[in-house]
Amino acid sequence: MHELSIATSIVEIAAGHVLEAGGGRVLAVIVRVGRLASVHEGALRSAFDVAIADTPLAGSELRVVAVPVRIFCRSCAGERELAGIGSLACPTCGTVSGDIRAGTELELESIELEPPDTSTIGAATTGPVEIATP
Amino acid sequence: MSDAASPLPRILEVRTKILKKNDEIARAMRGRFEAQGVVVVNIVSSPGTGKTAFLEETLARLHARGIPVAAVVGDLETDNDARRLARSGVPVRQIMTHGLCHLEAEMVQAHLDGWDLSGLHYLFIENVGNLVCPTSWDLGESVRLAMLSVTEGEDKPLKYPGLFNTADLVAITKIDLASACEFDRDLAVANLEVVRPGIRVLETSAKTGQGIDEWLMELDGRRLRGR
Ligand SMILES: Nc1nc2c(ncn2[C@@H]2O[C@H](COP(=O)(O)OP(=O)(O)OP(=O)(O)O)[C@@H](O)[C@H]2O)c(=O)[nH]1
Ligand SMILES: [Mg+2]
Ligand SMILES: [Zn+2]
Repeated sequence: MHELSIATSIVEIAAGHVLEAGGGRVLAVIVRVGRLASVHEGALRSAFDVAIADTPLAGSELRVVAVPVRIFCRSCAGERELAGIGSLACPTCGTVSGDIRAGTELELESIELEPPDTSTIGAATTGPVEIATP
Repeated sequence: MSDAASPLPRILEVRTKILKKNDEIARAMRGRFEAQGVVVVNIVSSPGTGKTAFLEETLARLHARGIPVAAVVGDLETDNDARRLARSGVPVRQIMTHGLCHLEAEMVQAHLDGWDLSGLHYLFIENVGNLVCPTSWDLGESVRLAMLSVTEGEDKPLKYPGLFNTADLVAITKIDLASACEFDRDLAVANLEVVRPGIRVLETSAKTGQGIDEWLMELDGRRLRGR
């Protein structure tokens, strides 16, 4: 149920950025959700579909990037990615670490807007205003 | 590479915390609490773990010692818990969330409005009974106390690592029922240790009073240390 609060916040923040950028049709909203953030992806998706109704985000898609937990293991002197979240033990040596480097985030990463209309202007002069490095 | 037939979408980089508004309110409240010298405890657990019973015992003892304290309690509906807590004689306010499964900083702020907290030693916040949803909402607390009752099973920390991982302190409640439930204390502590290494674990009973004085000493220590 808290996914609805999260979806509402996503919509509020995203709508503000779209407005600031001069509007446009929103294709997708990309969020990063850490595996330890206690958020259910399916529930967040459903909540998003409810929350975007009658907003500038109506019709857009939510893309969820699930972020695995990464700990810093002192015994290995390095960062280690964990397969699950039921234990913070290092997968290499078994040492338990509370030094979490990733996996708790709840972030709005980016917004994809429909590209400028190419049918009325020369294709050579158009192009993405800003491109994220993939 | 963009080709003219299908231009790439425009990307707006945002990189913002989704709950930044909550975080900002919580940060402002934490600043006020610290300036007023009040230690704020956010209590989280499943429904029925014994948050209210534990708080009743805590408030009664602190009140009897003349220590100024107050409490706010979140529930989906009803003010039963607030009425139970108010019997201890300390000021209590109920937050009814009307279906929302967790407290948010804004709700706590609204319910503290007009309340003079200066002079208080402790403010306790009983969150809505839920082991998932309260995880990401900072309420400006100095201490997040997660609870686990012996009747719930030792594996709760492994099933709800997200929440236990944010705890500053854990209380294993209803310890008076431990043997009836064949509760394996060492296993529970080991399970807490893999999701929250180094966490301090108290064992308490609201029925017998076991562990409550130890808890009050822990609180006192944190107040003296300033958190
Ligand atoms: N034996 C025993 N029973 C307890 C103890 N603490 C609470 N209980 C019982 O457990 C039940 C639930 O206790 P509450 O204090 O209402 O639990 P809660 O966590 O506040 O519940 P919600 O606010 O609904 O989430 C009640 O019947 C209490 O009497 C305890 O230490 N020992
Ligand atoms: Mg209660
Ligand atoms: Zn290691």
